[in-house]
Amino acid sequence: MASTEAMPARFAPGDKVAVKAAFPIGHVRTPYYIRGKHGVIERFCGTYGNPEELAYARPGLPRQPLYRVRFRQAEVWPGYHGNAADTVDIEIYQHWLEPA
Amino acid sequence: MGGLPAGPVEATEHDYALWEKRVDALLVLLSKKGHITVDELRRNIEGLGAEAYEKMSYYERWIYAITQTLIQRGVISIDELGSRMAQVQQSDGKH
Repeated sequence: MASTEAMPARFAPGDKVAVKAAFPIGHVRTPYYIRGKHGVIERFCGTYGNPEELAYARPGLPRQPLYRVRFRQAEVWPGYHGNAADTVDIEIYQHWLEPA
Repeated sequence: MGGLPAGPVEATEHDYALWEKRVDALLVLLSKKGHITVDELRRNIEGLGAEAYEKMSYYERWIYAITQTLIQRGVISIDELGSRMAQVQQSDGKH
């Protein structure tokens, strides 16, 4: 298997994205609480085997681009009482992100 | 777990028991030999369900998930596992 087999990156730092509001069964690394939320690409982290495939002993190809995405805490947690400027960074695979 | 409400995080360090170190080493060796991915480990830990997850300790979850993975992949059979567990139990922890 070619380790170079990777999906091209769709997003760049600063791009606005929405996390898919999908709830399939199976092994998914995208936290429940962030699905459906809007954020901004903070950085590109590289490409990695898809954990949703690796979890079932399959090759995980093509490799998926991984991004660190920044969200406003006030949007993530209903009734958030902290500083309005607080953010949370979450690493999310490209196939869970859509342009927003 | 998964962004659900929970108590405070216990941030203290503690010593690990010998069996816990062995479980840790086992995962490293199995990963290097291509018998398990960390994603399979996580999937099988998630498969415990919330109640069992809460009851088991960190390395208890690991050895459960490692064992599940090895059975799923056919690296070990359930019969081999059962026989070996009985053998170890009979030797009264002399291993």
